[in-house]
Amino acid sequence: MKQKASKKPDRHPKDELLREDRMPHIWCPGCGIGSAFSSCITALKKTGIDYDRLAVVSGIGCTGRVAGYLNLDSFHTTHGRAIPFATGLKLAKPEMNVFVFSGEGDLFSIGGNHFLHAARKNIDITVICVNNMNYGMTGGQVSANTPTGAITSTTPYGNAEVPLNLPSLAAACGAVYIARWLSLDVRRLAESILEALLKPGFSFVEILAPCPTAFGRRNSLGSALDMNKLYKENSVIRNGVHPDETVIEEGKKMVLGKFIDKERPTFLDRLSKTSELKSTAWPKKEMAAQR
Amino acid sequence: MTSQRVLTGEHFINGDEACTEGALAAGCNFFAGYPITPATEVAETMSRRLPKLDGTYVQMEDEIASIAAVLGAAWGGAKSMTSTSGPGFSLMMENIGLGVITETPCVIVNIQRGGPSTGLPTTCGQGDIMQAKWGSHGHYEIIAISPSSPQEMFDFTIRAFNLAETFRIPVLIMADEVVGHTLERVTIPPAEKIKVINRKKPTESPETYLPYKTDSSLIPVLPNAGDGYRIHITGLTHDERGYPVPDAETQEILITRLINKIRKNRDKIIDYEDYFLDGAKIVIVTYGSSVRPALKAMRDLREHGVKVGLLKLNTIWPFAEDLIRKLAKKVEAFIVPEVNFGQIALEVERCASGQAFTKLISHPGGGIHTPQQVTDGVKKILSDLGSKRKKR
Repeated sequence: MKQKASKKPDRHPKDELLREDRMPHIWCPGCGIGSAFSSCITALKKTGIDYDRLAVVSGIGCTGRVAGYLNLDSFHTTHGRAIPFATGLKLAKPEMNVFVFSGEGDLFSIGGNHFLHAARKNIDITVICVNNMNYGMTGGQVSANTPTGAITSTTPYGNAEVPLNLPSLAAACGAVYIARWLSLDVRRLAESILEALLKPGFSFVEILAPCPTAFGRRNSLGSALDMNKLYKENSVIRNGVHPDETVIEEGKKMVLGKFIDKERPTFLDRLSKTSELKSTAWPKKEMAAQR
Repeated sequence: MTSQRVLTGEHFINGDEACTEGALAAGCNFFAGYPITPATEVAETMSRRLPKLDGTYVQMEDEIASIAAVLGAAWGGAKSMTSTSGPGFSLMMENIGLGVITETPCVIVNIQRGGPSTGLPTTCGQGDIMQAKWGSHGHYEIIAISPSSPQEMFDFTIRAFNLAETFRIPVLIMADEVVGHTLERVTIPPAEKIKVINRKKPTESPETYLPYKTDSSLIPVLPNAGDGYRIHITGLTHDERGYPVPDAETQEILITRLINKIRKNRDKIIDYEDYFLDGAKIVIVTYGSSVRPALKAMRDLREHGVKVGLLKLNTIWPFAEDLIRKLAKKVEAFIVPEVNFGQIALEVERCASGQAFTKLISHPGGGIHTPQQVTDGVKKILSDLGSKRKKR
């Protein structure tokens, strides 16, 4: 065999979007964030968008570290506030494709209000949420998506609360694209992230990811491999179902798929129209025609 | 609505509206806010004016989102601003810290009202002065300016943007309800007479560029998102690359620079006006809506031969401590009328360091001092000083 001329080690095709000088990353062995991150890079490469026109915003937590590892304009902000930061960035620089990559505790426990309003306004951003059902970084406390009865470091007798169903919430607020996959579904997930990034308007992708170190250990779910098997065996793909049918409950399979993919004018579409209108009376016929 | 950015001419507008016009004249093209009395007119004026100037106005779901959007917009290259009052200012604190550590230029207007809590929504307070300095966690330096009239709301808002762009820091405009709601003549100069400073952009190639490496100015030169530098910006303690490094050494380098960026440039930031300081025995130190009653008191007292001068603080943070130290060696007492129970008075007292007396004339809020209250305060300290001398 012919020797390669360069002594440089071969680079992985995804390395161009990785901040290699920040490796190793902080994620635990078996954590689902790694494959979600990798699927995101696959999708980013497929968009064909100039990398200098992409920006990622994260909040705080394990998934919040994604912004620090992607070789893009990247913003690691405060806990729960990635969406409004991304909203400001997108509105000030509409030519950029802005996406949020963060965890469910960050986006929905502390930051839930912002999700509602960015989706309602149809701000043209993509929100990618890794749902590992607990606060992993701080040792596994209960989050707004911890299943009822689950043990966490702050629900030692089992979680008394009911988790949010994120696809239902996103649909109720008007998100134009909604999908949910396992972190194991790397190809389907990459495809959905790609579609979401290219979709005008507020798009949302939820990723169910094992957290073997904190959530899995406390709930005796075994190794990372065991958890992935468990998630795989207890999930079913049902593309196009109503998001209300995707509630994660004991004894029911977790529903995966692409649930919503529709068209709706974005905030900036409407804003440019309203500022051209002369009338200050309501209702405006030009606006009422489209919901 | 006009599509003219600078409304050159004479106007009869209130302080909130003048603040908005100042922001627009300085190049503000993004506003995110949440309505709150007595700052609502800033948002309302922005919502009318910005869309006609190719700017973006967005009302957010709360003040936390507003300041987050303002920071995001700043990184998108916008000159961005928000306005609020006490309750909203409290909600913004965490992200003001993010703005400080990431060195994000933006302007935050606080039209102060009576507090704590919901307090006095429609009337004056100056209770947020220390919060402006210490409100976000951790130790940092901030720039806060203090207009005392609608005209200054216009002029100082331009300066606030210029300071934010120069020093890459959130600049706070600490006005109050009386200043915000006073209606009077405001003169807007021709656009070409208005000095507007825009942030410096890096010229180095992205390969060798270090975002948080600074020269002796201690101010980093940072790109906007989309400029091709692919920067990483984090609220974590970071090194010159902008990468998080969670250790004491990096903390020392970063935080020392952030503090010194303001402290060592304070002569370029601090602004004040002085009246009759030469030979003054008593100096009234004042800011915001307290300035006018204080000026009236000073004139009345001087007519009666009292050697009183006045120092009007146009910036409150960083505090004019060198000036107070210098004056403390010459004068017998400082009088500080403020609509709180002693905030700037504490700073004056600290800097006077026992070399001159400091007398607070407090006001609980809901209004401002009458000139008589200030006059009485000065007379009281004169008599106290007199009896002290007799005892000796």
